[in-house]
Amino acid sequence: MAISTETSPAPPAPRKRVKQSTGRAGDKVFLGLSRGSGILLLVLMASIAAFLTYRSVLAISKDDTNFLTTFNWDPAAAKPTFGIAVLLFGTVVSSVIAMAIAVPVAVGIALFISHYAPRRLAAPLAYVVDLLAAVPSIIYGIWGALFLVPYLEGTNLWLDQYLGWTYIFDKTEVGVARSIFTVGVLLAIMILPIITSVSREVFLQVPRINEEAALALGATRWEVIRLSVLPFGRSGVISASMLGLGRALGETMAVATVLSPSFLISGHVLDAGGGTFAQNIAAKFDEANPLGRDALIASGLVLFILTLLVNGAARMIIARRKEYSGANA
Amino acid sequence: MSHATVQDVAPAPAAPHEPLASKHLPRWAPAGIAVLAVVLGVGIGAGAGWHSKVQWGLISALLFVVITYVTSTAVEGKRQAKDRIATSVVWVCFVLAVIPLASLIWETVSRGSKAFSIDFLTHSMAGVASFQPGGGVYHALIGTLEQVGIATLISVPIGLLTAVYLVEYGKGALAKAVTFFVDVMTGIPSIVAGLFILTLVLMLGLGPAGYLGSLALTILMIPVVVRSTEEMLKLVPNELREASLALGIPKWRTILKVVIPTAIGGITTGVMLAIARVAGETAPIMLLVFGSPMINSNPFKDPQSSLPFYIWDQYRVGSEASYDRAWAAALVLIAFVMILNLVARGIARWKAPKTGR
Repeated sequence: MAISTETSPAPPAPRKRVKQSTGRAGDKVFLGLSRGSGILLLVLMASIAAFLTYRSVLAISKDDTNFLTTFNWDPAAAKPTFGIAVLLFGTVVSSVIAMAIAVPVAVGIALFISHYAPRRLAAPLAYVVDLLAAVPSIIYGIWGALFLVPYLEGTNLWLDQYLGWTYIFDKTEVGVARSIFTVGVLLAIMILPIITSVSREVFLQVPRINEEAALALGATRWEVIRLSVLPFGRSGVISASMLGLGRALGETMAVATVLSPSFLISGHVLDAGGGTFAQNIAAKFDEANPLGRDALIASGLVLFILTLLVNGAARMIIARRKEYSGANA
Repeated sequence: MSHATVQDVAPAPAAPHEPLASKHLPRWAPAGIAVLAVVLGVGIGAGAGWHSKVQWGLISALLFVVITYVTSTAVEGKRQAKDRIATSVVWVCFVLAVIPLASLIWETVSRGSKAFSIDFLTHSMAGVASFQPGGGVYHALIGTLEQVGIATLISVPIGLLTAVYLVEYGKGALAKAVTFFVDVMTGIPSIVAGLFILTLVLMLGLGPAGYLGSLALTILMIPVVVRSTEEMLKLVPNELREASLALGIPKWRTILKVVIPTAIGGITTGVMLAIARVAGETAPIMLLVFGSPMINSNPFKDPQSSLPFYIWDQYRVGSEASYDRAWAAALVLIAFVMILNLVARGIARWKAPKTGR
């Protein structure tokens, strides 16, 4: 279309030697610009790490207790004490709950879209799942706080009644369901789309010939999936899950609206309390004094490192089998 | 093995009476069992006097699985029964995912329409006490548009150039490093991006302003733009580049006049999706722009509001009127994001690059 009109007036160019040389200069400028912006990104990443570390060191040097093991957040006190133990625990536990719910369901949805749904439905369904990913997290947040929390109260009581003996699901206090468990459920809903769309891509990449071979041996549809689709897609599903984990770890607004925080570590996930890195920053920022801000930056650095590790690992797993799969969402 | 097959083949003609296909449940069987299970579930639930409809549903679902498994094992054999179980589990997963989305959209629309009106779009919160009804999102709309606009202006050129570098020039260690870190950047939590700009603010002693929020949004936006542009540029067939180069056109003009115009539809889509993503970010705005109930159309001075921040702020107030406003603002935001998404995907379909196949 546009190409033919652009290329047809071009032939006169080589006749003029002078123009050709300006072309070479243009090449250099353009290469410089584009390489420069690539380098700029690397510099940006490095400076994020550097500046966060710098402010964190300032904060931690004034911390009166051990930054990693303290169950308290009081940087405004005469002897400032703040530590990330509760935040690390809450972040990890809520993300683990989210993964435990989201990964099996997401794999199910991905299989549904790639292998079970009627052909005409598959594309619109994939589209709907992608739209789910576009909903801003603050909207998930108010939906979670004003709709999901009251709705999950019955579920919590039920879990307490029948699974209370497991310690984890023992609900020791009466109250609304503003707990780590509710946060986990909400995070699971939020990370479903990313896990689903990456897994779906991988499942669609399974060589047709593998599936047909299984079918030719008389396998049922489930056996085809178990024998050819799941083994092929395993690493794709793992990296998709880790991308989802990265999202869950850093989610701010949804957790800040739903959780009723406290600086206690409790193994009872149905009880209100606990906290996550991002939620703590959102909740404490407004009243923070200068040292408090630096302390929050220090907790942000830990979150940054955590997500960096998880995402980096996920990307490496994807990259290792990029030649087989198009899973590069 | 070989002698076994010979022996197996030999008796085969002797059984002409056996039907070729194994027995199957009729096609209406799943629907029939579903109806039966629901009837039984409702019967048991009503009989036992349970109020929770969820429990009725769970009993029905369980009955459906059990009945399917038993009848299928009896008629078709164990393997087919397993297959049917897997099918129902996959369907259940799908329904499980649709319920929250439907509920989210329904809640936002039904609760949001209460406080929503034209006045809501054209008024700010100036002079409206938090417990009073009334007020609107005009100031937040201005803030969102300006902050996202500035972020787009910064991140699109950088993102485009980086993608061009990766696809057209990139070889060796630098390109590999850039690719890897762009991927990792995609996963930076928005609050960390906000904290990074905050460190600069603390060191330079700046006050809250809209452009600081834009800078944080830029960090979130660049990797999305790079990824999508990269994918689109890779789809441009090499023949086009070679044809242009063979005519003696310098590489940079080839890129600007041939490669990018061919992929422009997809690039636009990627940029719009990136805008839709950052338009809903709250955390950086909270840390850097602070929010304000007044109209402030200068993004370079003084606090501003933004739509997602407004929702958070109204939610925090916690009065009936402010909840209504939060939902109405959520409706505005979700409509904004969805329209951007739909238009973006429309453009992608309309201007899809010809892959040369």
